[in-house]
Amino acid sequence: MTILAKHAAYKAAYDALRTHGADPLNVRFEHVLSPTEGILNGRRTILLGTHNYLGLTFDPGCIEKAVEATRSQGTGTTGSRVANGSYDGHLRLERALADFYGRREAMVFTTGYQANLGVLSSLVGRGDHLMLDADSHASIYDGSRLGGSEVIRFRHNNPDDLYKRLRRLEGAPGDRLIVVEGIYSMMGDTAPLKEIAAVKRETGAYLLVDEAHSLGVLGDTGRGLAEALGVEADVDFIVGTFSKSLGSVGGFCVSDCVDFDVMRIVCRPYMFTASLPPGVIASTLEALDTLRAKPALRANLMRNARRLYDGLNALGFTTGPEANPIVAVVMPSQEIAVACWKLLLDSGLYLNLALPPATPTNAPLLRTSVSAAHTIGQIDTALSIFADAGRRLGILPSDRRRAGGVV
Amino acid sequence: MRENHQLSLVDSAVSLAVRPTRDDLATVLEQVLGRSVQITDDTDIVADLGMDSLGVMNFVMAIEDFYDISIPLDRIAQVETIGDLIHAVEHLRAGALG
Repeated sequence: MTILAKHAAYKAAYDALRTHGADPLNVRFEHVLSPTEGILNGRRTILLGTHNYLGLTFDPGCIEKAVEATRSQGTGTTGSRVANGSYDGHLRLERALADFYGRREAMVFTTGYQANLGVLSSLVGRGDHLMLDADSHASIYDGSRLGGSEVIRFRHNNPDDLYKRLRRLEGAPGDRLIVVEGIYSMMGDTAPLKEIAAVKRETGAYLLVDEAHSLGVLGDTGRGLAEALGVEADVDFIVGTFSKSLGSVGGFCVSDCVDFDVMRIVCRPYMFTASLPPGVIASTLEALDTLRAKPALRANLMRNARRLYDGLNALGFTTGPEANPIVAVVMPSQEIAVACWKLLLDSGLYLNLALPPATPTNAPLLRTSVSAAHTIGQIDTALSIFADAGRRLGILPSDRRRAGGVV
Repeated sequence: MRENHQLSLVDSAVSLAVRPTRDDLATVLEQVLGRSVQITDDTDIVADLGMDSLGVMNFVMAIEDFYDISIPLDRIAQVETIGDLIHAVEHLRAGALG
């Protein structure tokens, strides 16, 4: 018995997974060769699960800027902006984000996780009401606990349920903040943001959209779902991350909210952590410029997403509801999910194994994420590896018919 | 029939005397689980009913609809037994109607 014995149930589940020869939490790449390829167990492997949507991690311009900034300003800031001060890059990145979104204010955080912790816990506190979509990311749930507001969960992507819950609060004091995501990270589905914006207007709530997976992916200029659906004016706060389409690490919030800057002296996840190092800031700034200058990246990304999504459905796999760069494949059981994940990996295809309770339904998922940097050839190779694994495990419709003796 | 009767009372917000009962909870629970259940105040929702976190969420949301309330997450975290849930609903309804 140790102090960690309280987690015995989790340990048992993880140990059981490993006895099947699969250790999805301990994948080690010997080399990462490009945004779309790595070496795993000595084998060249297609990366189809890294959320590297625009493939900018190896962009020569971004690398050059990061190297240049590191040489001239050092490897780190060694402290928070409150204590050690801001570098010019932090301020330039905040101005660039505000300009990109057409907002007055922007604030940069050290991770996307901390952006949600910080923003949610600063916007609402005791006596306020936070309305969360039930399928919200862990950082949103964790942020909801840090602030001490009353947290009410509404049914996933269900504006009527949200409305009903806001109506129940009629007459109660305190602010209401609705939190939804542009693209949900497990199934790749988008929020019904027009309808949610209508609820927000009718009930006098504030609206925050986490565009972590939709920045650089959706909208005419890549600002995300709110842009794609034409409801940016209804969105009071946008939160996002640098660690997906922008290929680095960090988070941000943009807004037109008056007195936004007060967050810099009340927001603990901003104040009590080291700020992003100059190299990260520099590559992120360059990546944001590249995102804006090269809409073709987004077109490639959506072309690849559509090809993978349609291909998997044509093979008979069950996927999420929309062809977005996250394509989730629903597996019939945990045993088959683990076996399939391992088969794919051994065949040179890396993606994410997502098991309940991390998944929105009780179904285990194989979660893929597509990049603009994938070639059509890589997508087709991924599809043929999927087809082969599906056949070997007997989980494709035609296989089931054969097994049942119908054909 | 009884369930409809309860709902209409709740909807008209005159059901001050209507206390959440085990029978009502059992009715909602049977709808969510699709099977009949025997519950007491001491029934542990996770251990005794074999519900996972998604099942608990669906059950709680069905209870919320039945009583036209929202149970905040911190309150749900304190609920382990059917008795705890009755207490939480009672408390919230007293606040809503009070």
